Order: sequence, then C-alpha cells, then structure tokens
Amino acid sequence: MSATDLKSTPLTALHERMGARMVPFAGYQMPVQFALGVKQEHLHTRQAAGLFDVSHMGQFWLSGPDADRALEALVPVDVLGLAAGRQRYGLLTNEAGGILDDLMISRHPEGLYLVVNAACKDADMAHLRTHLPVSVKLEEMADRALLALQGPAAEAALAELQPAVRTLRFMDNVTLDLLGEPAIISRSGYTGEDGYEISCPAHLAEALAEKLLAHDQVEPIGLGARDSLRLEAGLCLYGHDIDTHTSPIEASLNWAISKARRAEGERPGGFPGAAVILAQLSGERPLARRRVGLLGQGRAPVREGSVLQDAEGRRIGAVTSGTFGPSVGKPVAMGYLEADSTEVGTEVYAEVRGKALPMTVSALPFKRADYKR
Amino acid sequence: MSSTPTDLRYTRSHEWIRQHDDGTVTLGITDHAQAALGDIVFLELPEPDQAVSAGGELAVVESVKAASDIYAPIDGTVLAVNDTLEEAPETVNEDCYGDGWMVRLQVADPAQLQTLLDAEAYAAALGDD
Repeated sequence: MSATDLKSTPLTALHERMGARMVPFAGYQMPVQFALGVKQEHLHTRQAAGLFDVSHMGQFWLSGPDADRALEALVPVDVLGLAAGRQRYGLLTNEAGGILDDLMISRHPEGLYLVVNAACKDADMAHLRTHLPVSVKLEEMADRALLALQGPAAEAALAELQPAVRTLRFMDNVTLDLLGEPAIISRSGYTGEDGYEISCPAHLAEALAEKLLAHDQVEPIGLGARDSLRLEAGLCLYGHDIDTHTSPIEASLNWAISKARRAEGERPGGFPGAAVILAQLSGERPLARRRVGLLGQGRAPVREGSVLQDAEGRRIGAVTSGTFGPSVGKPVAMGYLEADSTEVGTEVYAEVRGKALPMTVSALPFKRADYKR
Repeated sequence: MSSTPTDLRYTRSHEWIRQHDDGTVTLGITDHAQAALGDIVFLELPEPDQAVSAGGELAVVESVKAASDIYAPIDGTVLAVNDTLEEAPETVNEDCYGDGWMVRLQVADPAQLQTLLDAEAYAAALGDD
C-alpha cells in the first residue's frame, strides 16, 4: 500500500507538524514515535502523562430496542447487567470458540458504545450487521477522533478542561462536555496506567490535543511506546496474541467471560463458540496450550515468532509479541506454551539467531497497574 | 541533520570506520543509523579472534523496534569488542562515534580501506536515500 492510499486521522496534520515519524498501521498513517523516542515516551507515560492518537480504532454506536440483549448473543459478556456509565472488556467470538476481535463495550442512556480494533473494524461491522436483528441500529461514528491520555498526571491534565473527570473510576464511561461539545470519556486505557480515553468530534480533536499537550506533564506518544506499555501491562494485541485460532481460555482471558454467561451463571452460554469455551473454562475439555508472560533472563529482546523450547530442545510453543520492557528493564514477551509448561517459574528457551535464550514463565502483568478503582 | 565526522570512513550500510596507525580499525554505526534505529537495548557482538569478511554479518543491534544486522566493512580478524555496551547499549545512541564503538578489527587487506566512502560521499549517499 502506498502512502497515498493510507487514511489519515483528525490529528495527522498535528503529528506531522510535531515531527512524528509516521508509519503505515492498519491502513492508516500513524505516528510510531515523536521527538522523545520510544523508550523515553514509554517512561514518560509511566511517570507523568502521555497523549496517544487512537482515532484509527473503530467507534460504533448500537441503539434500538433490546440492543443489549442482541449484542449479548455475540459476546461472552454480561451486557444486560452492564450499568449505564460503565464499560466492560469483551470479545467477539466465532462458532469454533476463536476470537474475531476484542473490544470495549459501554452503556450510555441512549445506547451502547463500542470501540473495536482498527484492522478489524470493517469485518466487525459486517459481522455485527449480519447477526444483529434489523431492529437494532448500528452506526460507525466515523466523524469522531479518539485520544488516550495515560499516566499518573492524566487526571490533573484532563481535569483542567473538565473537572468532573476526577470523579470517574476505572472503567466508568460517560458523556461529559469538553471544549463546549459532548465527549465520551472513559477511565481506561491500554498502558497499565491510570488514564482516560476520549472520543470527541473530529473538528475538535486538534484543539483538544493542543490543550492537553500544553500541560507541562503531557507529551505526545507514538505506537512504539504504546506497544511496549501494553506488553508490560500484559494486555493482548489482536492479530498477534489473540486471533481466530485462539480461544479466550487458551488466551488466559478467563476473567473476560462474565459470571452471568458461565455454566453456573444466570444466562449460561448463548454466544458463538460457547460449547467449546465453557468446556475449556470448566476444565471439561483440557487445554492444549495457554498464553503466558515470559521474562528474559539476559538483555536480548525476544520477538514475535521466536520458537520456545524445553530444556531438551523440544518445541513447546512460540512467542506472539515481545520487546525490551523499558520499565521492567528486561526483555518481556507473551506467547503460547503447551499447557503442562505454563506454571509460573518454569524455565523455557527462546530460539533467537540460533541461540537458546533462557526465559522464565512469569505472572502477568509484568508491571503492576495502578488503576483508580 | 545527522553528523558525519570527516576523519572517518563509511559504508552505504551506515557503519563508520576509524583507521589507526597500527593497522587496525575500530568501527560502529553512524549517527544517521542510531537515530533511525531508535533506542538501542541490546547488542550481539562477535567473538574475539573471529575472522570476518567484507559484507558479512558482524553484529546485531536490537532497538526497541527491531533487530538490525551490522556488516563487516572489510576483511579482517576481530581483536576486541566493546564489552561496556552489554550493560549500557544506550551508549551507541549517546556517543555513536566515541564510546559507542563496537568492534576493533585487524585489517587483512589495507587496500580495501580505499574502497570505503569518505564523509562527503557518505553524506551524499544519505541524501539519495
């Protein structure tokens, strides 16, 4: 794809003015790093606050009678029990129990607001449209930008524009006025830090970004640091750590299967692949493999695709994403291992340039999150 | 603008080479290369006494983004490597032409040094990229 075929976001011009290094990502021209560079951007987000443009992600609005019940039929999530102003992590599953996409679902008084991955948004739209009854209205909110403000100074910076954001708890998601127009603001993110995700009309995006960046604690952050931050936080990247060939249970996302949708819950099953997923969850169907965290013992980063072996050199899995964790100070990775090798503390060997580098199966996240619950 | 000291030789693959009077060279990666790679987090350097040939793989540099190969600019034998980079790989970003040197080679064929780019030619090659 040539640069001219790439889509821009409402903040592309601002990124270019700030000297960002732009790369193609999911069909968009996106900033991979700004002047600070990936490592300093990562550390700055953990120490102060970082502003991310995530406008490439899909924002959908679901409304109409029983929209919540209809969406429940596509995700292993308690959507009916989701209170107005609250957000839950969800998964679109297929009949085989694989993951079509991961998404955020929140309830507003007038409808349900979804945020999906950029690379999946057309397929998600088609999937939802095919499976939702015609009475449910599904719209892509294409004229909006999505910004993430993450880090311990995020609250102070955003509160200067809208003091009510201080009252939000982790995974609240509400509409608040920002620069004179309604914005959808959640207290959540993809970094393992406290922070917000802000959906605003496209025409306000640049003004909002500039106001936030004017705060002395806020720096612009690119996709490079977004990836190392989410990896340290143990969060999956769709298309790498999870995809249609991984089930939520193999992906160690058991917590994302709401209690109400489990075998012993109020509304058990009733989502695509439920038979497989619930049998894996109960242990009735043993897992062949499971997603784990892997901590490098040396300094060499272990990247996606590296083969994982046991002490005898037998292949027991592969790395699905990996980098050097700037805050952890060690190589961090996630990958899948045969289920009997997934105990925390197990030593495995990653094949890198013909060498077997020792790694330790580690609890996730690598870096403890500090959410405002 | 990246810096290209005039007392060094260069390759199109962004290595620099410093000639010493004793028939050895030290080498590393250029300012342009370190900036393009971004924050360097790991280096895999060759073993002492290893024979290398021009254009062959000499080292691997891992940045936060990706792994990149460093090529031997000439034929030679590895005399020493900069062990301090093991604990402080960021030195390559901070001082690529000084403390961020990577390898010292015994030159096999001094004539090969004449085929390397001078600073002007390297700067021009950067302009073509």
